[in-house]
Amino acid sequence: MSVQLRFFARRLLMLAATLLVASFVIFGSLYLAPGNPIAVLSGGRSLPPDAIKLLEHRYHLDEPFLTQYWIWLSNASHGDLGISITLREDVSLLIAQRAGSTAGLVLYAAILIMIFGVGLGLLGGLKPGWIDTSVIVTSAISAALPAFVAAIVLIAVFSVGLGWFPSLGSGQGLLDAVYHDTLPAIALAASSLAIVARVTRASVREEFGREHVQTAISRGIPYPALVRRHVLRNAAIPITTITGVTIASLIASAAVVERAFGLNGLGAYLVSAANSKDFAVVQGISLVLVLVFVIVNLVVDVLYSLIDPRISLGSRAQ
Amino acid sequence: MSEALLSISGLSVRLPVERAMRTVLHEVSLEIRAGESVGLVGESGSGKTMTARAVGRLLPAGAQVEGAVRFEGREVRSLAGAAERAFRARVAMIFQDPRAHINPVRRIGDFMTEALRTNAGVPLGQASKQAVALLARVGIPDGERRLHQYPHELSGGLLQRVMIATALLTNPRLLLADEPTTALDVTTQAEVMGILEDLRAEFGLAILFITHNLELAAAVCDRTAVMYAGQIVEIRASDLLHSDPLHPYTAALAAARPSIEHTAARLLAIAGRPLSAFEAPEDACAFARRCPHVQDECKRSRPALVELDGGMTRCLRATELRGRMELATHG
Amino acid sequence: MSTATIAVPTRRASAVWSALRETGPIGLASAAVIVVALLVTIFGPLIAPADPYLGQLSNSYVGPGPGAPLGYDGAGRDVLSRVLAGARTSMLGPFFVVILCLAAGTLLAVWTSWVRGTVDAVVSSVLDILFAFPGILLAILATAIFGKGLTAATFALAIAYTPYVARTLRGAALRERSLLYISALEVQGASAWAICFRHVIPNIVPLILAQATTLFGYAMVDLAAISFLSLGVQPPFPDWGVMISENLSGAVQGFPLAALSAGLCIVVVVISFSLLGQRLHENYEARR
Repeated sequence: MSVQLRFFARRLLMLAATLLVASFVIFGSLYLAPGNPIAVLSGGRSLPPDAIKLLEHRYHLDEPFLTQYWIWLSNASHGDLGISITLREDVSLLIAQRAGSTAGLVLYAAILIMIFGVGLGLLGGLKPGWIDTSVIVTSAISAALPAFVAAIVLIAVFSVGLGWFPSLGSGQGLLDAVYHDTLPAIALAASSLAIVARVTRASVREEFGREHVQTAISRGIPYPALVRRHVLRNAAIPITTITGVTIASLIASAAVVERAFGLNGLGAYLVSAANSKDFAVVQGISLVLVLVFVIVNLVVDVLYSLIDPRISLGSRAQ
Repeated sequence: MSEALLSISGLSVRLPVERAMRTVLHEVSLEIRAGESVGLVGESGSGKTMTARAVGRLLPAGAQVEGAVRFEGREVRSLAGAAERAFRARVAMIFQDPRAHINPVRRIGDFMTEALRTNAGVPLGQASKQAVALLARVGIPDGERRLHQYPHELSGGLLQRVMIATALLTNPRLLLADEPTTALDVTTQAEVMGILEDLRAEFGLAILFITHNLELAAAVCDRTAVMYAGQIVEIRASDLLHSDPLHPYTAALAAARPSIEHTAARLLAIAGRPLSAFEAPEDACAFARRCPHVQDECKRSRPALVELDGGMTRCLRATELRGRMELATHG
Repeated sequence: MSTATIAVPTRRASAVWSALRETGPIGLASAAVIVVALLVTIFGPLIAPADPYLGQLSNSYVGPGPGAPLGYDGAGRDVLSRVLAGARTSMLGPFFVVILCLAAGTLLAVWTSWVRGTVDAVVSSVLDILFAFPGILLAILATAIFGKGLTAATFALAIAYTPYVARTLRGAALRERSLLYISALEVQGASAWAICFRHVIPNIVPLILAQATTLFGYAMVDLAAISFLSLGVQPPFPDWGVMISENLSGAVQGFPLAALSAGLCIVVVVISFSLLGQRLHENYEARR
């Protein structure tokens, strides 16, 4: 048990370090950008002198760099992420308003990936022949559909063509939101689903070929118990890892999908802030997204340490 | 003459390799009586493991099998359902690399009691007790603690003992041991061999002992069969194997092993390299190209396995070469 | 694989061709598509039937007709011409990403596999966390800092992909390094640089090639996404990602052909690179 705890502590440390370094980079990009910090923060807009004074005070621009970073970081940990230049509101408030939409979308897509990605992979791995071939083909097609292309196809076929789903907007209320989010979720899940299916299929096949399965066969363990206790149980390790990693990457692709479907989420907001050079917003959302990424990785690590009793100090991927 | 427990006759196996069928076993015939231990010796590629897998019904998918494998009088391949599970309870197999052959994510107790719980419906508590008892028999005294451990916490030698104990939990009549000591260090080897021998005496087990070590087989088994290129080339009572071999290959194998008692100027080796079954010619003796006693008749047809002085041999010249098999080997 | 033989498995540049040949019909078909894409990249604007930038609004979203097999886009421009002209940015961007991250990744991989010890452990842990970090996020951040356009996005993606490359190549370099002939060379007094550059790297070239091919597909998708988000190539350039963004409204209104044409190009090229990359990877694994 202590080995697992040590593994977990080590991973926690690494993830915390990642968060720290990422936050440093996100903050420091203020100085990386061409022009002085005021120009960057204002996005090239000309500001009245008292607005400039406000910015200088707010960001402690007269203090040394590391002090500024520290202040920014501690503010951020209290939920203060600065002020949006374009909307003149607290960044954290603006983020909170849109976070729910993105969270719902990502959750929806994650569920789709877990059910269909793992499901298809299991089908292909356990049942050879034409079922497997069709799983491979479906995965290949799905894998080749980046989110924005999938969006077009889905809109063309299911929204305009068949009229089953709306193409834009978020809808009101929970059920309506789910309805509106279906096509976006599918677009978001498509290529990730294929990766998960492929890894699942490969893992199941690989486990089937392992020697310990031979031992179980030689002892007459019936096929259903064999698959459940020896193949799936062991394949769960790489499957969990890839599913977790894939879901963590959804947070970025969400931006594309939200843009395509006109959803008012964090991703779309990030992009429009980048477009309009609202630097504080870009920083704030980037920090939030990195945090989510780190947390998802942590969850995967916890699951991993629960499933695999062999883990030693070192990387998660054996 | 008692009925043989295991009777393999004319077993030939072909496996699909890259879209062609390749012979891995040719006309293997062997009998094992109840309580008898028979060694199966050969180099890599000789087919010894494949023979055990054929008996244990562990051949890979797509294998073509001819001939008969009878256990307790019934053809093994025709068993299904409950009869198959009963067969698997009575024929146990232990493998060469215990760490690869035990599921790493399940505890030792789960591994040991799985077959009893799943197939015989034995409740967990009782199965665990039996497991602990057998662990004690193989020299692991703190069985209860071991049951809760994971395989990666045990050494290779301990794992092999666990494997042996597990194999015995279902009260088998025949144990197929595929190189059980090859992956272990010499001291552990001796211990494990001792355990196997004790258990054989106590439980009246028959053992098919597969190894590449001729001396080990001869020391431990009542009879020894030697395989080359997917065929059995000799079956002999173990105590006669060294003094009176019936096949030049056996003689060469015995002579090639450096002796701790004698000093020699050169290591004796058999010229050439061992053939796999699919490389063996159809119409000549498989060993002909490397045999120091080869004559024209050896290259004209594939010799059959014939009885000679209580053993079997595939050498055409066995009778005339008896007593001087080793003499012509050279390094 | 016999470890008893100390063979020296060096390869030359012609290994590229033989590696390609071994990929089978699917691999060759993918390679053919890639060659076509490369040709279009070079000659695209020259073979376009119409001017990619000129359009008549009266032709907005008009369907296929004589002289315009793919119809017209929202601004009345010929879709086929735009697709052909857009191949340039769509293909060149990923090309640079791949070159950059391969160079960085190879150096990192060979260096850490050679030095081992604490340096290796630290770098590997860092890479382990970063390798799954989504490149798009970094690219968006980069364009926010350094301005829109392909440059910032290209560098950001190269940085984002490097951990993935370094991790894979490090594993291969480690395996290569543990082969007997490397020890033989070390004993003979060959310098670390010489061994790395003349022996280790050439033998992992097939893997590098496989990685490059697969990564090209990823880079293409990510860069097209950046352009789709209006942060990369800017209109009126006919980059495929830009085209999808421009013609999205058309798709919503029921005229998907313009957006789909660009999308199809992306999909076809990416599939080809993925399939070829997968085959090359399998061949490399099979040969070990």
